[in-house]
Amino acid sequence: MIKYIARRILQMIPVFIGVTIILFILRSPGVVGGDPVRMITGERAISESLYNQIVERYGLDKPIYVQYATYLNDLVHGDLGTSYQKSRPVSDILLDKFPNTVKLAVAAILIEMFFGIVAGIISAVKRYSFWDVLVTFSTSVLVSLPVFWLGLMLQLLFGLKFKEWGLPYLPLSGMSGSEFPDIVYLIMPAVTLASVSTAYAARIMRSQLLEVMGQDYMRTAAAKGLSSAQVIWGHGMKNAMIPVVTYFGLDLGAMMGGTVLTETVFNWPGVGYEIFLAIGQRDWPIVMGATIIIVFIVMVLNLLVDISYAFLDPRIRYGRQVA
Amino acid sequence: MVSDITGFDDKRREVPVEVGAADELAVSEDLEYVETGPARSLRADALRRLRKNKLAVAGLIWIIIVILIAITADLWAPRWLGDPVEIDSTTAAERMLLSPSWDHPFGTDKLGRDVASRVVYGARVSLMVGVLAVAIAVTLGLILGALAAYYGGIWDAIIMRTADVFFAFPYILFAIVLIALLGPGLQNVFIAIGVLGWPSIARVFRSSILSVKENEYVDAARAMGASTRRILIRHIMPNAVAPIIVYATMSVGGAILTEAALSFLGMGVQPPDPSWGNMLDDARSFMLTAPWLMIYPGIAILTTVLAFVLLGDGLRDALDVKLKE
Repeated sequence: MIKYIARRILQMIPVFIGVTIILFILRSPGVVGGDPVRMITGERAISESLYNQIVERYGLDKPIYVQYATYLNDLVHGDLGTSYQKSRPVSDILLDKFPNTVKLAVAAILIEMFFGIVAGIISAVKRYSFWDVLVTFSTSVLVSLPVFWLGLMLQLLFGLKFKEWGLPYLPLSGMSGSEFPDIVYLIMPAVTLASVSTAYAARIMRSQLLEVMGQDYMRTAAAKGLSSAQVIWGHGMKNAMIPVVTYFGLDLGAMMGGTVLTETVFNWPGVGYEIFLAIGQRDWPIVMGATIIIVFIVMVLNLLVDISYAFLDPRIRYGRQVA
Repeated sequence: MVSDITGFDDKRREVPVEVGAADELAVSEDLEYVETGPARSLRADALRRLRKNKLAVAGLIWIIIVILIAITADLWAPRWLGDPVEIDSTTAAERMLLSPSWDHPFGTDKLGRDVASRVVYGARVSLMVGVLAVAIAVTLGLILGALAAYYGGIWDAIIMRTADVFFAFPYILFAIVLIALLGPGLQNVFIAIGVLGWPSIARVFRSSILSVKENEYVDAARAMGASTRRILIRHIMPNAVAPIIVYATMSVGGAILTEAALSFLGMGVQPPDPSWGNMLDDARSFMLTAPWLMIYPGIAILTTVLAFVLLGDGLRDALDVKLKE
């Protein structure tokens, strides 16, 4: 087991270095085209001395590999640079915002787990029934739905129309306020963020359970006289759940990156919204810093998922691929 | 959450493919009929199975309708509905934010332009992005996937490790960052979606070639003295390409969603040119007073993407490809 973990961590290192190289190439604007100093200052006129000062300060006159080494060194020491606009270290800004994104992502995962698993079980157990068709078709609709549009429609219906009709309504945007308890603000963004993933979770749950239900040990369990509920809960679910749980782990990581749209629609003060705002202000250190941190978190989550998977399924530990 | 080119978020990291040995006339287990009668060609067989899938046929019909609308837009949309871009300043004031009516079936926007006309022209953008971006991704992916599978060794290592690096980024975030640096605009949207899409295609194609290579008919062909080139073109390609067709179809839907998302964030198609995404961005300010601004472009995205997803699902079953979800 330890050998497996060590191997996975070793595999992670080159990928992470690759990621830093790509981000470095992207953020050193000379590669993409354009004047690196202009990336920082924007289009406004600046004096030559200020220009030289910027070149000096960011080491833009040094050879590219020196710049990369500096960048990597800073990164390893947790220095993500300083925001151009806010003159604050990027790491501080991100530390402020991350808890909000985590809160949103965890709420979304909980919604997704509940609805995804329930819908998947119904769909598999009552295969080809009306409910199965309904679940299968709704999952196709959900994956085709632009998330931000879903967010807007929820705002229109539950935020504006319900208020107009005198029904209990939900807050349109933001994370807190005097009108509602904080948790109410979480409802619409979390549902929006969870939507597509719930559809996937339901599909995976369905196909896994169907596969398990075809296994011999299920027939044996039924043959020895267990009720169908006992068979499914006692024997089926345990085996079917492994890939589903894995999926939730991977998805939590994916959500970190996917929050940009949801947070922007709901003005949710998390990392995604911060990235969106920073792009508008050309505040590259924030954009790049947030991206690298998100990539890192995703990689660590994936690692944890792989480890737990290997723990649950010994075949993986010994290097056999289980598709 | 928004999708990547495959469609759908970051689920692409696990797409191991098992190619159904199409040559053995495999019948998908979901289909409840017994293969009888005279032998048919593979393609005819797949087509017949596709036709039996009503949802896939509906998707295909809708796609054809949207394509026809997009191609013929110039002939009728400006005359019947109104110009999608130009603002008629003399009448703009009285035509602002009109709710849907006979003259303006989808209403008008804040500048008095016809929303239906803009939705029609938006279809051009969406289809163009969908098809071109996926074409870029597929071309890159096929070449690199084939290189990796065929030459193996160092080529395989370099290409697949590079793909791993791409997979490490959450898709939509990477797309946003790329566009932020390249600058907004339709052309950069193609580039971003295309460049970010290749790793999935390469991975699918590579594993598809590798599994086809193991089939006995490939050995048989080799034993009969067929050249490598002939084996590749006659025996491997036709069988390895099925998953790519399925994947590319679904990817078009994903690319349309991504374009919409980028334009919604103000990073794709720039106003005054209409795109379904940037229309939704405009609509946000008039959510209560003019909800039609928001409803129709959204329905256009949803139905078009859904059509590609359903068609992709249908093709997957018809070609008996098992793409892992």
